[in-house]
Amino acid sequence: MSTDKPPHKKNYWSWRSQAFRGLLYQVLALAAICFVVWFLAHNTLVNMRNRGIQSGFDFLTQPSGFAIGESLYPFDSEEPYWHAFLIGISNTLRVAIVGIILSTMLGTLLGIGRFSRNALVRGLCLTYVETFRNIPVLLQLLLWYVVLTEVLPNSADAWQVGSVFLSKGGLNFPIPVWAAGQFWAAIGVLVGVIGFWFYRRWAIRQFEATGKPRSMFWVPVVIVIACSLLGWALGGAPIALNRPIKGDFSIENGGALTPEFLAVLIGLTLYTASFIAEVVRGGIASVPRGQGEAASALGLNRQQEMSLVMLPQALRVIIPPLTNQYLNLTKNSSLAVAIGYPDVVSIANTSLNQTGRAVECISLVMLVYLATSLATTLLMGWYNKRATIKER
Amino acid sequence: MTSTTLFQPIAARPAPINTSGPVAWVKTNLLSDWKTSLSTLIISGLLLWYIPQLLSWAVFHATWVPNHEVCHNNHVGACWGLIAEKYRIIIFGRYPYEEQWRPLIATILLTGLLVLSCVRAAWKTWLPILWVVVFTVFFMLMYGNVLGLEKVETNRWGGLPLTILLSSVSLVLCFPIALVVALGRRSNLPAIRTFCTIYVELIRGVPLISVLFMASFMFPLFMPPGTDIDVLIRVLVGITLFAAAYMAEVIRGGLQAIPKGQVEAAATLGLSYWQTQRKIVLPQALAMVVPGIMNNFISTFKDTSLVTIVSLYELTGALKLGVNSDANWRPFIIEGYLFIALIYFVFCFSMSRYSRWVEKQVNKSKLR
Repeated sequence: MSTDKPPHKKNYWSWRSQAFRGLLYQVLALAAICFVVWFLAHNTLVNMRNRGIQSGFDFLTQPSGFAIGESLYPFDSEEPYWHAFLIGISNTLRVAIVGIILSTMLGTLLGIGRFSRNALVRGLCLTYVETFRNIPVLLQLLLWYVVLTEVLPNSADAWQVGSVFLSKGGLNFPIPVWAAGQFWAAIGVLVGVIGFWFYRRWAIRQFEATGKPRSMFWVPVVIVIACSLLGWALGGAPIALNRPIKGDFSIENGGALTPEFLAVLIGLTLYTASFIAEVVRGGIASVPRGQGEAASALGLNRQQEMSLVMLPQALRVIIPPLTNQYLNLTKNSSLAVAIGYPDVVSIANTSLNQTGRAVECISLVMLVYLATSLATTLLMGWYNKRATIKER
Repeated sequence: MTSTTLFQPIAARPAPINTSGPVAWVKTNLLSDWKTSLSTLIISGLLLWYIPQLLSWAVFHATWVPNHEVCHNNHVGACWGLIAEKYRIIIFGRYPYEEQWRPLIATILLTGLLVLSCVRAAWKTWLPILWVVVFTVFFMLMYGNVLGLEKVETNRWGGLPLTILLSSVSLVLCFPIALVVALGRRSNLPAIRTFCTIYVELIRGVPLISVLFMASFMFPLFMPPGTDIDVLIRVLVGITLFAAAYMAEVIRGGLQAIPKGQVEAAATLGLSYWQTQRKIVLPQALAMVVPGIMNNFISTFKDTSLVTIVSLYELTGALKLGVNSDANWRPFIIEGYLFIALIYFVFCFSMSRYSRWVEKQVNKSKLR
């Protein structure tokens, strides 16, 4: 045995060296990817030249020449494409944000309902979840659209509750006429929210000092309502409402939601709620049973047990998959194109057909969704960090 | 002075409350306290009010004969006559009417194979070979042009065969891609890891419909001039690339769950990277993610309904094609939607049940 033999010299430029092999694989992979990208780009350029397709984003500043069915602010066909795209983005975000809020509320209720003591409630929640998540969301959107535009009565004999109308023309409801009083009421709401924030800090400090829980629901609600009412009264208490009026052919004035918006909203909300219900159920099921039993042993009632013990712990498991569901809802809102709601995909599709710039329009759509996904991920990541267990 | 006290047995305790049997079940699950009883009362009241109405619409007053005039005169019931009249076009799309036995057999074969692949006894080496055989037979039957079968262009394929074809082919094709990408995301090589991460995050950040638009509008531009690729293949490539990103994440979840000691032990034994993955890591990881793969397959199955937006007539598209062009039947399209919703439901529900069963099988070793 020759122990004094010098250690084998490592040869970095040999096939036997792991580092060298790794480097080689990476260089090869990079070269292959570069080749594929070059190949596709080259073909695209050649094809575009052959077919006489213009490229570039300069079309964005040209007049669009099409009208948009609904938008948050007025738009006419003289305005440029980038303006149309902005309206598309705002429409997508509008339906996605409202949908996220509604589906979270419905989904949480359904998820908690799976743990109800009442077998009927459990059964109903299970039936709902199994039905809605096993049918494609596109089919649900189409179905709701047909229901809203064919089954509902004409606007001449719309269903009416007070000044709220529901008909083939959509949902019409009264909106307050803008006056100085609303401005003061808005300030009141703001003051109320700030007051709630201070109250919350005080309540938490009190709870930590004395152990007495303070109401976290009724007191804040009263604070916010009182402050906004006060602001409203200070502003002269305007009560003028812009009520919808039933005309001969359509319902005019007031606020309105189109059947397209309603169909997308209802379809996405009901579909996503079934998934959120499963996420919430899984989260609650992941909390050890002993926690619930300990809560009962301490004398908490069913509702306290859920809201003080089970849900806060379940939240940590729930948040990551919940983020995924929010992203899915946002991405599924692109299906609005199938029923003619002018979201960003629909606008891009129209622009594509008019200008023929497929590459530009599709990359814009992808960019919008990537940005939205990134923003949602960051926001939920921040919230997740707050909800995770603080470990030393 | 000794008085004997007679042994007096105390009265027997009352029997414990019965905890099994239907009466006890009703007591604990429907009438345990006043809140539960109240909600039971309200819910059963609502159910008793609405279910008969629903049944009367869907069954008792429904029209079953394929006659649109009868349907028009029936104002209180559903019109299932639409299905009786149009089921051929809903299920087979624009496929030539006389040749529709071909997609029927092809679909039955492929569905049978899918069911067979779910049975444990069939997980043998002959299964992949059978897949290749069945896919070949499927394409021969559908496309024709051999054995005296009439040629049917892919743009006439439609309905349920197309839905099943799109979902199963994309599942089979996306699996190897997903495997490589999942391994790549956990690789030590930074360039490969970065590329795989970008691919997965990029695809997962955009909706499927934008990928489909890309496949249908941009794909022809990407190809060398003069090549003309069938729209079905382009859409298939789009769905496969899309599904691969999601599948890669599922597989990566399984890879992450393998304890590091397993890989280190393999390295100690002198196994190479690929040997470690093939013999140690993947068998454990893949067994763990079978339910996840199944769930992915369900969502791909549902997502195939989107190809109707790029003008392929799968179930949803075929229904619109068949009913919207016919003014007599157009008012009853809701019944048509409900019919295909039922088809989707049957497929997805049974698959999710199966996935639940597999999950139990996989976890069996952990339950003692």
